[in-house]
Order: sequence, then structure tokens, then C-alpha cells
Amino acid sequence: MASHTVIDELKRNQILELLEQGKRVDGRSLDEPREVSIETNAIPKANGSARVRLGDTEVVCGVKIQPDRPFPDTGDKGLFICTAELLPLSHPTVETGPPGPEVIELARVVDRGIRESHMIDVSQLVIEKDKSVIGVFADNVVVDYDGNLFDACSYAATAALLSSKSPKWNWVDDAPTLVEGEEVDVPITTIPVSVTMAKIGKHIIVDPNGDEWASMDARITITSDSNGNICALQKGGDDGFTQDEIVQCGEISVRVGAKIREKLKEAQQGGQ
Amino acid sequence: MGGREATMVLMDENGKRCDGRTVDEPRRIMIKAGGLKNADGSSYIEFGDNKILVGVFGPRDVHPKHMSDTDTGILRVRYHMEPFSVGERKNPAPSRREIEISKVIKEALEPAVMLEKFPRTAVDVFIEVLQADGGTRCAALTAASVALADAGIPMRDMVAAIAAGKVADTVILDVNNEEDQAGQADMPIGYMPNLEKITLLQLDGVLTPEEYKKCVQVGVDGCKLVYELQKKALNDKYFGNKGD
Repeated sequence: MASHTVIDELKRNQILELLEQGKRVDGRSLDEPREVSIETNAIPKANGSARVRLGDTEVVCGVKIQPDRPFPDTGDKGLFICTAELLPLSHPTVETGPPGPEVIELARVVDRGIRESHMIDVSQLVIEKDKSVIGVFADNVVVDYDGNLFDACSYAATAALLSSKSPKWNWVDDAPTLVEGEEVDVPITTIPVSVTMAKIGKHIIVDPNGDEWASMDARITITSDSNGNICALQKGGDDGFTQDEIVQCGEISVRVGAKIREKLKEAQQGGQ
Repeated sequence: MGGREATMVLMDENGKRCDGRTVDEPRRIMIKAGGLKNADGSSYIEFGDNKILVGVFGPRDVHPKHMSDTDTGILRVRYHMEPFSVGERKNPAPSRREIEISKVIKEALEPAVMLEKFPRTAVDVFIEVLQADGGTRCAALTAASVALADAGIPMRDMVAAIAAGKVADTVILDVNNEEDQAGQADMPIGYMPNLEKITLLQLDGVLTPEEYKKCVQVGVDGCKLVYELQKKALNDKYFGNKGD
């Protein structure tokens, strides 16, 4: 999506002109995210899953929960790993092959937002200390692209984790042994919500769509938790923000995030 | 990079940190402009126990050719850690972490460099971390700005960088390795003091909205300190009256 065409240039001019009048190309207000629709348990073979549409961006996330070896220095903690991948069917310019810097950044930012919020209490995911722990893997795949993959993947992963049920293992004969027919809740402590904002000219807009994404000068993704605290942040793009803008973005992210958190809670209750 | 046992006292009763610094005191910073013969511009920074070398080439021909842009020059940044730079040997191949840091440093530098003056060319910035001790991306970005200036590439401003953070419920300046691993939050900030623009900003760790505001303020103030040292490094090289 890095290709810049004459059409992009014209679109940018139009987007900027509209922003000067306080309007956006799709009629939203500046701090209004697109409609989020969340379908949980879309993949029954996964331990938890969600199919999320953020406008026309669509992401499927599946959670797999399985015994794993702990990291050598954290034998008293389970694993949480979140990935993201762009499928070639999501956009004509996406190719197969190893992920480029954009996709690596995407996966790491989505992972960081959830990890740093301590949404999953990994200290409760230990089967036998230093020997065997439970690993929670949330894998996002982007199936349709219309900008702002950061938030779409983050909501999909969060919704999928909220819908997850974990199998149970006991430590028997030096090996983790599955307890048939038993399911336990995944230890959830908070619901992190990321809000991505783009800066176009001197305007800051929430949840940029594909055209706005291609036109932006800089972006910032801020994740807040259920207490309204900020737990992760990533600035990107070729321009900078002033100190006042950074503070303003923090406030917007907490306010907009609270509304989206309600949607995630609804989806969790609806899925049960 | 993995949690360590949090037995260390990060802040004692006198408000001194684990390495003896006060809350708003940066580590020892030494920046030297130049130093490499073949690079068009270079710099070396010691930021606490971090030791980082930066070389800049360009504007020069773009290889592979299809990467070139007819409207503007392009900036390419490689952040790389030596296998011997950290406690346990690091695999020399670029990790996902290094790829991400390369990208955020590139985006932090782009607003400062007047690339539009050199269409169809590339400016390459090579960052080599010889020894790492927490805060390498900030030290690397600071040094890269000096190396770009040393290469004589037209710039709107230099980017200075330092991390703010939170340990023992206190907002601090310049997070070291121990504080990064056992502390509560780490917020690297890159800032252009003349243009008053933040061009690099990341955060991991939980902050209340008030702490968030304070961290940004502490970080921006820290960047202004670093900026003076960057200017001094260039001044020493180009206008120094040393006898050598």
C-alpha cells in the first residue's frame, strides 16, 4: 500500500479541502470511528475467535491455547503471543512472502497493546513451574483492507480472547495431561482498546479509512485499559506531533476507547 | 527482554535511583561528530553504557533502482545490534525488533531531512549498536541526527531523543536497562526542539492520564538537554579550536 499514484494526490487534496471545513470523506466527524461489528466464536475449532469489521477493514482472529515450555527466565509465567498477517486476498498490492517492516510493526504494536495492559494474567497460566506453562496464541489475519489495521487487529484479538475458553491440564508423570471435558475461563484482568489517529495537515482524525490512511502525514496509536489509563503507544509516519497534540490524542483515545470497550463487552456477552 | 527478579531497589528513600541518579538526571552522554573516514558523515555516542556508531552515505544512487522516487530522495535506516552487544550472544541476523526500530527511527528522522532536494537518490543511515544498556533507540536516533548533519545533508532541525518513564510510582528521565526491565513504564521520545515537533514516541507500561502528560513534558525537557550536546558535538568538530 506504499504505492503513491496521481489519484492518491488528488484524493489527498480532496480530503484536506473537506477537513478545512471540518468534514471527512465518508461523512464522519473527526473523532468518530467507523462502525465496528464483532462476531465471536466464528471459528469453532479455535479456543476463541472473532471476526471483526471496522468499516470495510475485516480481520479474523483465532486463539489457540496449548501447553508450551516457559521462557528460561520466566518459569512462573505462561505465554501470550499475538501475531498479525496480511493475506494476499486483502488487497491487490499485497504479495506472498516474508512480512515487510509495515506488517512486522503492525504485529508488534497489536501485541504490545494487549501485553502491556496485562489483559491476560500470565501468572495463572502455569501447569508446573519452570517445566510447563500454558501458551495463549492470538493470530490475526487481515482479509479485507480499508485502512487502520492496528485497531481492527487489536479489537479482533481482544474480542477473541474475551470469547476464549481454555482446556485444562494437570501435571501427571512429568507431562501436561489434558483433563477431558473440562473448560476453564482465561484469566482476564482488563479490556485494552487501541485508538489510532491520523494527522493530515494540522487535523487529527480518529480511525482513518484507506484513502485517509494513504493521505496522512503521521499517525499515533494509543491503547488504554478499563481504568482509563494509557498502557501503550506508537507514533508512526513521516511527520511529527506537537506536545499539545500528543496530550490531546491521549484524551481522545481514552474517550473513544471507552465507547468501543462497551461494544467488546456486548460481543462477549452475546457470544456466551 | 524478559522479566528479571524485582529484588532490586529502583528508588531509595532519598529519591536516588539504582545507579545513583536523581529522578530528572540523565546518564553520562558523550557525542562525537565524525570519526569514520569512508562514510560521508558519521558520529559516535556513549549514552550511559550504550556505545553506538552511526555512518551516513549519500545522497547517492539508489540500488535497487525500483526503490528510487522521481519526486524526492529516500531515507533508508538500518538499526543493527552486534552479537556481542548484549549479555547473551545475539543472533546477527536482523530480528523483528530491529526491523521495527529501524522503521521508527527512519520515520523520526524523515521530517528533519530535506529529502525533496535530492530526487532519485537515497540517503543511507547505518546504525551499529556496539554495546547496549537500555535506551538504544533514543541514543541511536540522537547520534543519527548528528551523523546526518555531519554528512552536510540539508536539515530543518536535528532530532534529539531520550526516554521518560515510571519506576516506583515516580516519573523519571532516561530509563536505564534495569529500570526498563523492572520498572512500570518506558516512553522513548524523539523531539525537534526548534520546530517543536515530536517525531518518535512509543510507550509500554501503564500510566494514568496525569502521568502521561508529565512523562511527555519530562521527555521533551530531556530532549532539549540532549539537543545542546548534539550542537556541541558539531561545534567541537567544525569550529573547535583544539590544537590537533
